[in-house]
Amino acid sequence: MASPTPVEDTIREKITANLKPTSLEIHNDSHLHAHHKAMEGSTSRETHFRLIITSDEFRSKMQPARHRLVYSLLKDEMAKEGGIHALQLRTLTPEEAEKRKQAEEGA
Amino acid sequence: MLSRSILSRRLLRQTAALPTTATASFSTAALRLPTTTTFSSSTRPLLRPAPASPLLRRLLSDQTRQAIDKAVSSAPIVLFMKGTPETPQCGFSRASIQILGLQGVDPDKFAAFNVLEDAELRQGIKEYSDWPTIPQLYIDKEFVGGCDIIVSMHQNGELAKLLDEKKVLVKGEEAEAEAAEAKKE
Repeated sequence: MASPTPVEDTIREKITANLKPTSLEIHNDSHLHAHHKAMEGSTSRETHFRLIITSDEFRSKMQPARHRLVYSLLKDEMAKEGGIHALQLRTLTPEEAEKRKQAEEGA
Repeated sequence: MLSRSILSRRLLRQTAALPTTATASFSTAALRLPTTTTFSSSTRPLLRPAPASPLLRRLLSDQTRQAIDKAVSSAPIVLFMKGTPETPQCGFSRASIQILGLQGVDPDKFAAFNVLEDAELRQGIKEYSDWPTIPQLYIDKEFVGGCDIIVSMHQNGELAKLLDEKKVLVKGEEAEAEAAEAKKE
């Protein structure tokens, strides 16, 4: 049987294979945007994603370079008609993720 | 300014002359021909209609690149967005505009371009910036990032620092002086 979440599966596969993340969260926010004008006529339930990726691959890269890296991996999925419409990214190195966690716990 | 009005007058004469020299079937062609768009691109950054073929659109033409170059250098802070600052058509564009407002960006040093108004800009800017999504922020002609980067730079203080360094914020004293002036009147 076909997966009910083919796009999410592809995202997970590609990110995992290429970035070897120490942590990967994939949130499908498509339902929040289903009524947007841009989504008129779209039947896909996988249009809006929010990714939180922690990977060593991001080390010594500025944020735009990290985002470009992720975009390039998902190029086909984003370019496809009815594919990914919006992709929110948080890209961290393991150290940054640790710092963020500590800050959140402290707050 | 002068040269442009001369050009457009000459252009008017040319298009007006067309139906007399040609048969009636020419007039529709004249209507469709974008003879004026090359000139109006000097008033608006981009007006040329997008090429019909999606394959052609993938290649950024020199003309589009130049128009985007011009847009990017039209102000110290430039945002390519969906909709206008007053009525954004997308939540991410809205968030970006709100942050620039919160930071106190001087409206005189800011320009926004609505990609929904222009299919060629919408496609072209993605290639130009090597960035597949809108909004896109440029500061001093340099690509800064999309919405997520704007938000995180806003939260960690980097954006405030950058905008201050670039001297694009409404100055506190000026703002106060203006407020005082307004009070007097």
